[in-house]
Amino acid sequence: MSGAPLHIVLSQADWCSLFGHYLLLSLLSVGGAISTTTEMHRYLVLEQGWLTQSQFNDSVAIAQASPGPNVLFVALMGWNVGLNAGSYAAAFAGVVVAMCGILIPSTCLTYMAARWARLHRDKLGVRAFKQGMAPVVVGLMVSVGITLGSAHRDFALDWPLWLLSVVAGILIWRTRIHLLWLLAAGALLGWLQLV
Amino acid sequence: MTEDQPRPASLTDLFMSFTLLALQGFGGVLAVVQREMVERKRWLTQEEFIEDWAVAQVMPGPNVVNLSLMIGDRYFGLRGAMTALAGILTVPLLLVLCLAVLHSHYANHPGVAGALRGMAAVAAGLIAATGIKLASALRNHPLPAWFSGAAAVLCVALLVVFKVPLAWTLLLLGGTCVGLTYRILKTRSLKAATP
Repeated sequence: MSGAPLHIVLSQADWCSLFGHYLLLSLLSVGGAISTTTEMHRYLVLEQGWLTQSQFNDSVAIAQASPGPNVLFVALMGWNVGLNAGSYAAAFAGVVVAMCGILIPSTCLTYMAARWARLHRDKLGVRAFKQGMAPVVVGLMVSVGITLGSAHRDFALDWPLWLLSVVAGILIWRTRIHLLWLLAAGALLGWLQLV
Repeated sequence: MTEDQPRPASLTDLFMSFTLLALQGFGGVLAVVQREMVERKRWLTQEEFIEDWAVAQVMPGPNVVNLSLMIGDRYFGLRGAMTALAGILTVPLLLVLCLAVLHSHYANHPGVAGALRGMAAVAAGLIAATGIKLASALRNHPLPAWFSGAAAVLCVALLVVFKVPLAWTLLLLGGTCVGLTYRILKTRSLKAATP
């Protein structure tokens, strides 16, 4: 990690506070853990001083660049807090504390809600909710694609990237080609500086 | 769920399937879930996917984590839910930690940065294409096709052009769609009850 090294001492109360904070954030994370990033920044960087600004930024960026759910950026924050406390053991503890904190409450709630919805799936209200949300679900997916595709890009300069996105999109829409081939092709084109 | 619909053969199958799909998801695991679960393995229909997603999205927590939990639960109950969750998180978590350790050494290599850029462009295309494919499910929707189509377009406009927060979009647009769907379903069920 870049940035000036940070050395902190974490007491048992600090670990509990970290855990408690993530438990709370979990309940607020409607729309994904990423929507609580601002609050995590306030708590970890500004209030407690457990992470440097660049560690915080890198945690988000690396998790985005890595395969898997975006929520893993929370694990990296825990990892870095632990590293700052001085050891790999603490870093692993940080991962466990942060991930359990961010996942347990939301997961339990969702599990119960899903069970309830399945049990009452013939009720009019449940059917109306699940089916009624469909247009929004479709719109949301397209929006995420557009937002990701257009982040920090100047069309005149970056048209090959746009072209790559569009070609990949059409191939995925129209064929059953395996995704990993497309990702590998994208990685290769990028490595060779063609896009 | 119908009788002849394919389903995961075992918990191991479930775990491996979720691990593999998580590893294909750069920035958008949800789109990979749709491609793997609906199109390739056919464990879910397009409609079931959208309905489960509606629940996963409005509950707190990462939506793809919530969705995996629900898909696992659908087939193997609590054990399945935990297995799917472990599948989508374990290997990506180890990978992201390795990346964090490597990051400081290779972050400035132009090839690495280019490869990440290329993969991100493919991922953006994937997500937008998934949205377009999901739109086909709107044809069987209780709401008239022109209306649900317009709602999906409006959703994109609100989120991408006007930058309305997700929570408001879900509440207002989603709420409207759910309300109208409720009325249509209610009228239908009344008609069915009084021949």
